Amino acid sequence: MNLPILIKRSAMIQKRALDGVRYLTEQRMLFIGLCVLLSLALIGPIGSLFIDVTLHRPLSGAFSAPPSSTLPLGTDTQGRNIFAVIVAGVPLTLKVAFLAGSLGLTIGAVLGFVAGYVGGVVDTVIRTASDVLITIPTILILVVVAVSIKGLMSIDAMAITIALMAWMGPARVIRAQVLTLREKAYVDVSKASGMNDFEVMWQELLPNMLPFLAASFVNAVIIAVLSAVGLQALGLGPTDAPTMGMTIHWALEHGAVLAGMWWWWMPPLTVIMILFIGLYLVATGLDEIANPRIGHSS
Amino acid sequence: MTGDVLQVKGLQVYYGTREGQVNAVNDVSFTLEKDERLGLVGESGSGKTTLATALMRLIKAPGQIKGGEVLLDGKDLLKLSNEKMRQARSTEISMIPQGAMNSLNPVMRIRDQMIDTLRDHGVKRTKSEFRKWAAELLERVGLPKEVAGMYPHELSGGMKQRVAIATGICLNPKVIIADEPTSALDVVVQREVMTTLRLVQKELGASVIMIGHDMGLMAQFTDRIGVMYAGKLVEVASVRDIFNKPLHPYTQLLIASLPSLEAKEVFRGIPGRTPSLLNPPPGCGFHPRCPKAMEHCSRLVPALQKMATGQSVACHLYDETTDSTDSPGTSGNGELKIAAPQH
Amino acid sequence: MTLDYVIRRVGIFLLVIWVAASINFFIPKLAPGQDPIVGALLEATQDGGVAGDAMVEIANEYKARYGLDKPLWQQYVIYLGAMAQLDFGVSFVSFSSVNEIILTRLPWTLGLLGTSTLIGFIAGSILGAFIGWPYSPRFLQGFIVPSFLFSAVPPYLMGLILVYLLAVTFSVLPYGGGYEPGVIQGWNFEFFISVLTHAALPAMALVVTDLGVRALVMRGTILSLFGEDYIKHAENRGLKGWRIFALYGMRNALLPQLTWLALSLGFVAGGAIVVEAVFAYPGLGSALLQAIHGFDYPVVFGIVFLIILSIAVMTLILDLVYPLIDPRIKYGKKS
Repeated sequence: MNLPILIKRSAMIQKRALDGVRYLTEQRMLFIGLCVLLSLALIGPIGSLFIDVTLHRPLSGAFSAPPSSTLPLGTDTQGRNIFAVIVAGVPLTLKVAFLAGSLGLTIGAVLGFVAGYVGGVVDTVIRTASDVLITIPTILILVVVAVSIKGLMSIDAMAITIALMAWMGPARVIRAQVLTLREKAYVDVSKASGMNDFEVMWQELLPNMLPFLAASFVNAVIIAVLSAVGLQALGLGPTDAPTMGMTIHWALEHGAVLAGMWWWWMPPLTVIMILFIGLYLVATGLDEIANPRIGHSS
Repeated sequence: MTGDVLQVKGLQVYYGTREGQVNAVNDVSFTLEKDERLGLVGESGSGKTTLATALMRLIKAPGQIKGGEVLLDGKDLLKLSNEKMRQARSTEISMIPQGAMNSLNPVMRIRDQMIDTLRDHGVKRTKSEFRKWAAELLERVGLPKEVAGMYPHELSGGMKQRVAIATGICLNPKVIIADEPTSALDVVVQREVMTTLRLVQKELGASVIMIGHDMGLMAQFTDRIGVMYAGKLVEVASVRDIFNKPLHPYTQLLIASLPSLEAKEVFRGIPGRTPSLLNPPPGCGFHPRCPKAMEHCSRLVPALQKMATGQSVACHLYDETTDSTDSPGTSGNGELKIAAPQH
Repeated sequence: MTLDYVIRRVGIFLLVIWVAASINFFIPKLAPGQDPIVGALLEATQDGGVAGDAMVEIANEYKARYGLDKPLWQQYVIYLGAMAQLDFGVSFVSFSSVNEIILTRLPWTLGLLGTSTLIGFIAGSILGAFIGWPYSPRFLQGFIVPSFLFSAVPPYLMGLILVYLLAVTFSVLPYGGGYEPGVIQGWNFEFFISVLTHAALPAMALVVTDLGVRALVMRGTILSLFGEDYIKHAENRGLKGWRIFALYGMRNALLPQLTWLALSLGFVAGGAIVVEAVFAYPGLGSALLQAIHGFDYPVVFGIVFLIILSIAVMTLILDLVYPLIDPRIKYGKKS
């Protein structure tokens, strides 16, 4: 390989990489949001290096001990080491959120796509189902399920139920996109050049829908966290899991707020807030990409 | 010139984009006399709409009016305070928008929108007086008074355009800028709208700047025509002269490519593409496509010069030389009237 | 507004109610093991004593009314009939009729939820419009950061924070309950004040978070509205800034804002429920919570159904009102 070509190529690669990074950093919201979420995701793995995670269980230490050098976040009235609870629970909370979000997105994307592409009766049915379900608060359905399973509520059960109520948002968006893109000439051209329906979908439509898929995914995750944490705060989540929502529930049950045991409820609350802020930043950032507007906010 | 209502001197409008500066309006100067109808033609991207927006002083970031003067009856519009400029809009200078399709507020009745213009310029009347006024104004543009109580979506394109004309003239401005007033309308409606415009202008004694790219329409309506290319005025002449003896090669190509005077698609047949305003060609902006380009056209920017015939043209073909043996173009000792090369 | 549209909207309304009722019916039956309602009945009847006797009566009545011995589809039909008459049965815990419980709790929830949503919507929309309008004063535009933060926090968590700040750390407002225990209920001044102070924290939690969301949505709408031709034309005509903002900007942004409101009613209700639970506010939310923990199925399903019904009704009303406000739909094309 001769030198000038090498230099040119590496310059090109550098420029592309810089463009990518610059694009990301210009989308400040998106970037910051992703950083926030990433740091939350790291709490689990990195935290477990510092503490024995099994200490999240009750009777792991003194009762109601305030934070100290040995107990960074103190313990609750049943002896759970709060720091361990956070380290163990954050991955669980994230798991529910993203599991439910992904399921919801998949169901929604498939249904939305079918509705838009096939049209006709199928479209009417899916659209009606979506309109009907969107009026029903997810948390109420979760309540009904929780009460019926009588304490057997698991993380997966929560995730599935939420997913079944979270598909409407993505479906709506994907359907709208499919309808718009269908009008565009290049679908006809692709078909004319011999591609079958499936190929058209893969190669032409999907890439254009990526920003919308991403935005819908984040929105689905937001709904999932809202419903899951809400359910847990009511006390209906998996009782053994040290998730953020359940921890807040136990704190409320044992009057932690009034007793001044701030180290019990503030950490999970802070984690949830950070999670929401991160998600909302990503959502707004993606929204700006999908619908670029004239003005920008800070 | 004392008969001038509007004098534009060296107007410059730049847009700052990530890739660099775009000179949308690059040192444009012209005058407009009282009762005169000036047409402004050019391709998309030639800067005509930007020019209009600049005259109304409504250029928004990332655009900026970088320099120049806009003298309306001697007053420089660019130096007015924001509030004074706001007051001047509609009372001294007004713009009739392009494609009145969406220019009317969808949730307000027609008369309320028209009355708003009056209200915000200090006119105080009772409600019934306003209503009467609105009805009369609509009649002036040939619309039945029932239109006053309607909403914009109930009107056809031509009717909306006439409403736009009505609001544009209601405070008797001295200068009316009509930005492609008939572009989205069919030919029959076009005629109605143009007739209305002509009538109204006569009544008011206002001057009109009409922007468009339909040469045929221009021929019927205007007294003079200015041709814009890549942000600059390349030729200004009376309608007759533009059509019969166009001087600038671009104008010549324009006229030549007209299949008939009623054509709408005028720019078939000019080879090459619109220049990028980001990296404009050095020297004369048209030289890459110009059939008569000379060697120094790629280096030196031609200034707009007034010819003996009254036409103005910015082209090196017409640079006066003192040494007549030098053919225009040879870099020699001939004193060419050369504008300072700009960058 | 066409007949088609009305029919469709009412149709969806009926569908929602039907789905809600069916969910309440089928999910317990689908639970692994025994039908939990039957299970609860059985458990209760085995307790014996006074409660036990009453429970046996209820159990028998339940069996008779809902035909637990009959085939499933028949049970379903009977059940649907009961739902249609808003007959939710009797509480397993207190033995009072579910409707009675609901009626006592309903005013509290309506008061709290109604006023909070109203204030949140109005204040949020106005704030959001200012934030989004490019010509508003800088300091108003700065409100976007708090709006963003507030909208990102679920109301019950906001409630927790407020409790900590205002009730525990600085004892400004009371925590928990609807009114001071010991104050006599009724139309007297003390009660009134007591109610207001106790409702303040939950209301604030709801208003603040709602406000944030509305503001963000409004801001987005206004921003995208700003490039519209009619705004440019309004500026071209030299209209005053405030007029363009209010009559040309906000007035147009209000329509999608209302649509958004209709879509978010579900979330608002869900959030309010948990807020009530956190604050032990004597509304439907805490009643629901108690019923859940006591496995008091009739109350749970009754409240769930009622909430869904209310949301459906509100959505229907908004759907039918919206076309009346938008002149584009109200007056069809004429010429």
